[in-house]
Amino acid sequence: MNEILNDETKKVLIEPLVDNNPITLQVLGICSALAVTSQMSTSLIMALALTLVTAFSSAAISAIRNHIPGSIRIIVQMTIIASLVIVVDQILKAFAYEISKQLSVFVGLIITNCIVMGRAEGYAMKNPPLASFMDGIGNGLGYSLILITVSFIRELLGSGKLLGIEVFTLSKDGGWYDPNGLMLLPPSAFFIIGLIIWGVRQWKPKQAEAADFKIMALSHGEGGHH
Amino acid sequence: MEAYISLFIKAVFIENLALSFFLGMCTFIAVSKKISTAMGLGIAVMMVQIITVPANNFIYHALLKEDALSWMGIKGVDLSFLALLSCIGVIAALVQILEMILDKFFPALYHALGIFLPLITVNCAILAGSLFMIERDYNLPESVVYGVGSGFGWALAITVMAGVREKLKYSDIPAGLQGLGITFITAGLMSLGFMAFSGIQL
Repeated sequence: MNEILNDETKKVLIEPLVDNNPITLQVLGICSALAVTSQMSTSLIMALALTLVTAFSSAAISAIRNHIPGSIRIIVQMTIIASLVIVVDQILKAFAYEISKQLSVFVGLIITNCIVMGRAEGYAMKNPPLASFMDGIGNGLGYSLILITVSFIRELLGSGKLLGIEVFTLSKDGGWYDPNGLMLLPPSAFFIIGLIIWGVRQWKPKQAEAADFKIMALSHGEGGHH
Repeated sequence: MEAYISLFIKAVFIENLALSFFLGMCTFIAVSKKISTAMGLGIAVMMVQIITVPANNFIYHALLKEDALSWMGIKGVDLSFLALLSCIGVIAALVQILEMILDKFFPALYHALGIFLPLITVNCAILAGSLFMIERDYNLPESVVYGVGSGFGWALAITVMAGVREKLKYSDIPAGLQGLGITFITAGLMSLGFMAFSGIQL
């Protein structure tokens, strides 16, 4: 086990969690992060599906990377990813039909999720299969972390439940908690991710972006009393 | 006729691809710094959407749907699981063809759209347009209207977003919120605005 978990593997596994998170830093794969997070159950399934697709597509693409002609590589990558997504989609339809109905088109949209394509193009085309597999898992986990955090906040505050199990008793059932309906609506996902990004960047100031214009403080003599 | 108008309004405002389904967010955030580029991308998305949604609709109904092959005398075949693969293939191919046609016959437009056209293949708004069309079982004329409406809605959203961001760069934002953070919160406020349409029944 120690031989497999060498430094490079550890780096590609751990780094995407906070230091190089696909969502908060690389701005990839946000669409589904926002759309499926009103419940924890859907976002767990989505996180699992994306992690598996990213890992296996990276490994597959990396295995044949020396045989893919440069000019048609996007199509080849797309076909591999789409086939894996079809497998996931069919498995969900067979074993978790309710959840696959709730996820509606978003499972299919893993095909165009920039994380999958980004890792295929950016890492798997240059690295051996095992490292690419680990890189896929790492980036999938970084995505899952954000997804699960957002859905935790949204489901807890929006309906007082976690994974469908009541945590706060709602006031309409004689309890004390008044659910915040905004949390179930799409805009709240934007706000929560915006605030998470703010938090991460306060913690790691290196990630902050520079302003286009700096607001200068007035020096003495300008403004003020005249 | 009325049904088509209400489908169009629904696709543009009530079910806006960008602001109520969060589709095409990566490009929505990345390319909305200037109004002119945002509008170029918006027009490109609209054009591709108008072509691909009806094309995918035709292919789905003629080849993939359950019993769709009965015109060839093959009965009881359901290829609908291939819809994902065929949709993305059709989109990639059509974008390529569109690029070549524009290059040959409308060079000015081709240069204006520049690098956005090839990027559109991996824009989730385009694929989602086709997948929603399949899920909601639109027929051919409906899919044309839906393609126009959803593309226009996305273009509208990204142009408005770029307008807000052009003004936003002069404001004093906390260091950690600069850039991506404030863009998300702005998009959230815009999406809140679009929620106002959500109660409308057409």
